[in-house]
Amino acid sequence: MIYSATSRPVLDPRFAPPFPQAALPVLRNPQLRKNVAHATDVIQDKSGRLIQEKSDWQQLRSAGSAIRAHALENLGEYLEEFEARCTASGGTVHWATDAAEARQIILGLLRQEDASEVIKIETMTSAEIQLNTFLESAGVSVFETDLAEVILQLGEEEPSHIVVPALHINRGQVREIFARRMELSDLSDNHHALTAAARHCLRQKFLSIPTAISGENFLIAETGGVAVIESEGNGRMCLTLPRTLITIAGIEKVLPRFRDLEVMLQVLARSATGERMNPYTSVWTGVTPGDGPERFHVVLLDNGRSSILAKPTERQPLKCIRCAACINTCPVYRQTGGHAYGSVYPGPIGAIFTPQLMQMQHGQSLPYASTLCGASYEVCPVKINIPEVLLELRSQVVDQERGDPGRLFDPMYLGLLIANLLFTKAWLFHAGQRLGRIGARLFTRKDGWIHSLPGIGAKWTQTRELRGLSNQTFHEWWAARAKESK
Amino acid sequence: MVQCVRASLFITCYNDLLFPETGQAVVGLLGRLGVELAFNSKQTCYGQMRANTGFRREAFSQAKRFVRLYGDAETVVIPSSSCVAMIRDQYPGLFEEFGNEILRREFAALLPRIYELSELLIDKLGIEDVGAYFPHRVTFQASCHGLRSLHLGDRPYRLLAKVRGLEHSPLSNADRSCGFGGTFSVKNAEVSSAMLSVKLQDVTATGAEYCTAHDNSCLMHLRGAMHRQYAGMKTIHMAQILACTKTSPTGAFL
Repeated sequence: MIYSATSRPVLDPRFAPPFPQAALPVLRNPQLRKNVAHATDVIQDKSGRLIQEKSDWQQLRSAGSAIRAHALENLGEYLEEFEARCTASGGTVHWATDAAEARQIILGLLRQEDASEVIKIETMTSAEIQLNTFLESAGVSVFETDLAEVILQLGEEEPSHIVVPALHINRGQVREIFARRMELSDLSDNHHALTAAARHCLRQKFLSIPTAISGENFLIAETGGVAVIESEGNGRMCLTLPRTLITIAGIEKVLPRFRDLEVMLQVLARSATGERMNPYTSVWTGVTPGDGPERFHVVLLDNGRSSILAKPTERQPLKCIRCAACINTCPVYRQTGGHAYGSVYPGPIGAIFTPQLMQMQHGQSLPYASTLCGASYEVCPVKINIPEVLLELRSQVVDQERGDPGRLFDPMYLGLLIANLLFTKAWLFHAGQRLGRIGARLFTRKDGWIHSLPGIGAKWTQTRELRGLSNQTFHEWWAARAKESK
Repeated sequence: MVQCVRASLFITCYNDLLFPETGQAVVGLLGRLGVELAFNSKQTCYGQMRANTGFRREAFSQAKRFVRLYGDAETVVIPSSSCVAMIRDQYPGLFEEFGNEILRREFAALLPRIYELSELLIDKLGIEDVGAYFPHRVTFQASCHGLRSLHLGDRPYRLLAKVRGLEHSPLSNADRSCGFGGTFSVKNAEVSSAMLSVKLQDVTATGAEYCTAHDNSCLMHLRGAMHRQYAGMKTIHMAQILACTKTSPTGAFL
């Protein structure tokens, strides 16, 4: 493991520690922070340059946003259309209400196939339902084939990013993992050597395992087609070589028409990896005799999505096309990496998606894991107003906690209650200021600065100081000045 | 210079208590430019901290109070970009959720008359050269809300460019959050500190004497760390730079 001093990060919001605590091991890991900052800088730099060359970028964003919003508003119809077309083309569509049902459906399909081994292409949705651990415990060996996922699987690591899952691991660390797990003690960290090692290991799997599990980027209602967008071509191997293909898809990922890909492919590649066009775009519709898999199943996963769909502000994360531009630009993620978010969906999009997937019963610290700087909204190619959703979710968390008597022992809650009272009347506010000034004097040193504060204030003074309060507030100065001029 | 502009100063709660010199600088600056400035002594706070922490109902009561206090003002000037952003971005939602039709109408009428300081100078008064003199090297941190919510764009740079004696030292990653984020700095103190330390590296690398911004909250965060680390740099609100002139080179505002 990369950071052996700590236990493996927990990416299940039900069991993960709150964000501030989960961030600590990463903050103490300079190598990991350096890897994350470097990787996100490289992607952002490439992406920024390619976006600049599109003079119609803002129109593309608007179009992307409108397409996704329209799809969500009419989701039921488009899903039924997708099901009908996919079925007509020889695919089989399964509906899963929750993670457990989806896992059972997939296991059932694997049993039908008599499959004890399965190859996989990266899918966030399968990580969301923790499919791998489930299948392994049911006796099915799972082999990831996306290069980053291979690194993670061999290194017994967890993904920290939705496009570049092994972003927190650098080349030297990859070499170490490959050398150890593939028993190649003289492997160099040259990227050709590393790629060759991975290729050798993967080709055997592609050629010998007849069952594959994939995710998808888009479902196309009009044609019943499924699209996978990738860089490596390993996905294409999984989608074409096996006899049976099982695709797991979140129900929100549907596009109304085939031509909507025109917009999506332009914004996705530029936002995600900083490419004009992604190297491999696979679109298939059902099955075609003699070409590709003989059997094709799609498992449509709800897992809390329809309840999010009901509310117009909160449903915005369902517009997401998984480009991770918000993650790459996020100054918080830049420090903490993905594991601190305690979910397979890290960064700003995770902060607004994870708690909602958990019906606001878990992950309540995530909406607070942001300075509301707005950088993510600015780059989102489908215009998800992330700060707006963060604020909405914060308000839901506060409303949940209103009835909890324990809140009265929370100094921040008490402080806000008191401040709220003070702000109702100017005289109360001014009295509060005077009291505050007296209190602050107790902590102000000779140099006029407060170097350390007790209680919750210590959270501030652990790295910053606070200038002592001046003897006159602005309104006192104003009043004195008005008096003088009379 | 400017004819018949009357403005009411909303100082904001934290400037009133923690940064009175910023308010004094606004008074000096706008007075010099011929703006008739009023100050409503009933003002307190108008809800950003509560709204951003999730206390929407409480924020609404402050928002309502703000609209009532300033409904009659010809122009409202606020020397804090995040506070103006709060009014523009969050008030509509709060009034939609908790307010009535009358309140919504009153707010809609007031909204176009609310200006952040540099908006007032450039958009309303049409002035870029305020006659300031500040013979120091200065770097500018684009506070997130000024940048992405108010879309201040190059306004701050235009104002700084006309300040005599001022040498502008551009800040790398000026658009990256400093990690303050209000209660974020306490709720996520460790992450906030890590972000601050990255920001401070960029800020000190400019070699400037002062780091300026439109928002004392960002500056309080930076200055607090500068003081802890004995960094040879100070922070200063943009209003204080613009208030300085040759006849009062340090203003009364440093």
